[in-house]
Amino acid sequence: MTGSQFWMIWPENAMLSALILFVIAMPFLYAARKLVHDFFRSVGQMVGGPFRLGARWLFAGARDMRERNKAVLIAHGREEVGQLIEREFERIGALVTRDLEGYPALQRKLLEEITKVEEDYKKCGEVPPSPPSWVEAVTAITKVKSDGNEMVQRILEEIKRSVHTIHDKAIGEYRRAYESRHKILNGFMPFWRSLDKTFGQVDKKLTGLQDTSSKIDAQMEKYEQINKKTDKAEHALTVSAFTQFAIATLVLLIAAGGALINFKLIALPMSEMVGAGDYITASLRTSEVAALVIIFVEATMGLFVMETLRITHLFPMIANISERMRRRMFWAALIFLTILAGIEAALALMRDMLIADKQALLQTLAATQQAAPADPLLARIPTVGQMLLGFILPFALAFVAIPLESFMYSARTVGGAALVMLVRVFAFVLRVLGNLVRQLCRVLITLYDVTIVIPLLIERVVKAARSSGDEAAESRPIKRAA
Amino acid sequence: MTKRLLVVALFGLLAAGSACTDQRSHSHAVYLLVDTSGTYAAEIKKAQVIVNYLLGTLQPGDSLAVARVKTRSFSEKDIIAKATFDNQPSRANVQKRVFREQFDTFVKTVGGSAYTDITGGLIQGAMFLNETGAGKKTILIFSDMQEELDKTTIRDFPIKMNGIRVVAVNVVKLKTDNIDPRKYMGRLEAWQKRVEEAGASEWRVINDIERLDALLSKS
Repeated sequence: MTGSQFWMIWPENAMLSALILFVIAMPFLYAARKLVHDFFRSVGQMVGGPFRLGARWLFAGARDMRERNKAVLIAHGREEVGQLIEREFERIGALVTRDLEGYPALQRKLLEEITKVEEDYKKCGEVPPSPPSWVEAVTAITKVKSDGNEMVQRILEEIKRSVHTIHDKAIGEYRRAYESRHKILNGFMPFWRSLDKTFGQVDKKLTGLQDTSSKIDAQMEKYEQINKKTDKAEHALTVSAFTQFAIATLVLLIAAGGALINFKLIALPMSEMVGAGDYITASLRTSEVAALVIIFVEATMGLFVMETLRITHLFPMIANISERMRRRMFWAALIFLTILAGIEAALALMRDMLIADKQALLQTLAATQQAAPADPLLARIPTVGQMLLGFILPFALAFVAIPLESFMYSARTVGGAALVMLVRVFAFVLRVLGNLVRQLCRVLITLYDVTIVIPLLIERVVKAARSSGDEAAESRPIKRAA
Repeated sequence: MTKRLLVVALFGLLAAGSACTDQRSHSHAVYLLVDTSGTYAAEIKKAQVIVNYLLGTLQPGDSLAVARVKTRSFSEKDIIAKATFDNQPSRANVQKRVFREQFDTFVKTVGGSAYTDITGGLIQGAMFLNETGAGKKTILIFSDMQEELDKTTIRDFPIKMNGIRVVAVNVVKLKTDNIDPRKYMGRLEAWQKRVEEAGASEWRVINDIERLDALLSKS
């Protein structure tokens, strides 16, 4: 009998041996049933309990984190909207100062023009002189009967001639009077135009003011929502932060591409300055690190330029310094940046020269027929291009400060939301595990009962018989009593 | 006081910086043994190709030496040209041009030798490479690997080549090898055994000089 067969009651028949052993063990298993059940329950409690407790703790932690994130988000949103409102008010202030400051002068001009127009209008209202009263006398004379009297005829003709002369004169005067009135009316035109223009200006300015005030209204509404800490405001701020994060990440990636090109431009010539044989790590040369340092210093200078221009607000210290100091700092950072850009342009030129030298050496070593030299103008284009790139890239990198600020601020919200989600997922997993352990213990209890099903059946039968016996015993005295 | 503090801080930073740098040598030192004995002297043009390849491949800070294998090769006088290239790439290029000229002059004036002392060349090469303190050390043997010593020369003792790669280049077959190829195989195996027993990190044979990229890289 080998060592692994020592338990076999029936040698060479494992199944039968196991069955016999099981039958022998069954009474003991039945006897230990309650204990084993308690044991499984205890194990379930022991393992599942901490899981559930951990899950509850993590859920509570996630809730706290969410509240804290919300508070930070709301505070940041409030600050941002507050700044926007402040800026809009500043704009309105500038508008009012610029446009409405001249309003009294504008009003005076308007009043003067209106008075002038009124006066002219009054002049237009002056009627021409009325016909003389002798018209009635003439009417009376025309009623005189001449009866062929020559004297009367002559008098009448004389009167007719005089009347014609006077009529022509009156007509002439009327015409002159109307002509002068037309001239006055014609003179109205520039005033009307001026009035129209002035009113147009007033209208435009007032419309601009109205637009700005409606913007302020919208921002104020947002501000109120944030102040009330509504879910809508929180949702809007979160979405905005996610969008900002995505855009900032994209722009930073583009900037990283630019930095990489920059690095490639200056890494080789830096080896001429700091040597090509020194290593920081097994694969990182000192010259490469020096090139990286230059790029980082440029980015930092760009950051300071943006900070001192108050475009970004990453350093409260810079925001709080005096105006004079700020201006000095701006110029210092700008000068450093320009010097570094100049150095980069020089390094780009050196790179081109080094590559050309190396190329010439390789051609000599290859001992092949040397290619005809390229057109000097054509050969200069890449050199000039590299130099320009070397000079421009540091300034372009300076603008990284703007997306960097957006990234930093939005990363807090995005990172917080991601952390909350992670904690929740972890809590959920713990909860599932806790439940799984408890359920597993229940399954084990049932399985245990299944293995000792025969003693349990016997127990049930015995209990049933005993209870029927008891019932019979109880019913007998009742019958007797009855 | 503030100035003093600044100076101390600066020195501290410099010390930290120097502590951070990798003190191990990353340079590569190559020692090329060129066999000029007997009929193999005719192969010298191929050696020129190898030297040119090495000059084009080695970086600033690397070292290169070319020595000839003749009747007795354990001598500094047998080194035709040697240089440790400057850390500045432009100066290194100038050194490479000078090196090439030196080797070209040697090629024009080279004459054959009666015997072939490869072992002496290997000992000299190992000494040179160890002196450079380079991180990677390679000996290239441009030879048919048929060692022939005169009666007075003693080379039958163990040699030390710890951490050195040994590459046999352009190992041409001799007439006797063509009759019985086992001789060629046996010769190479014997050299491999000797070199590995000497502590060499790698033994390699490259016969196709069109595949020189394998010269400096580990297999």
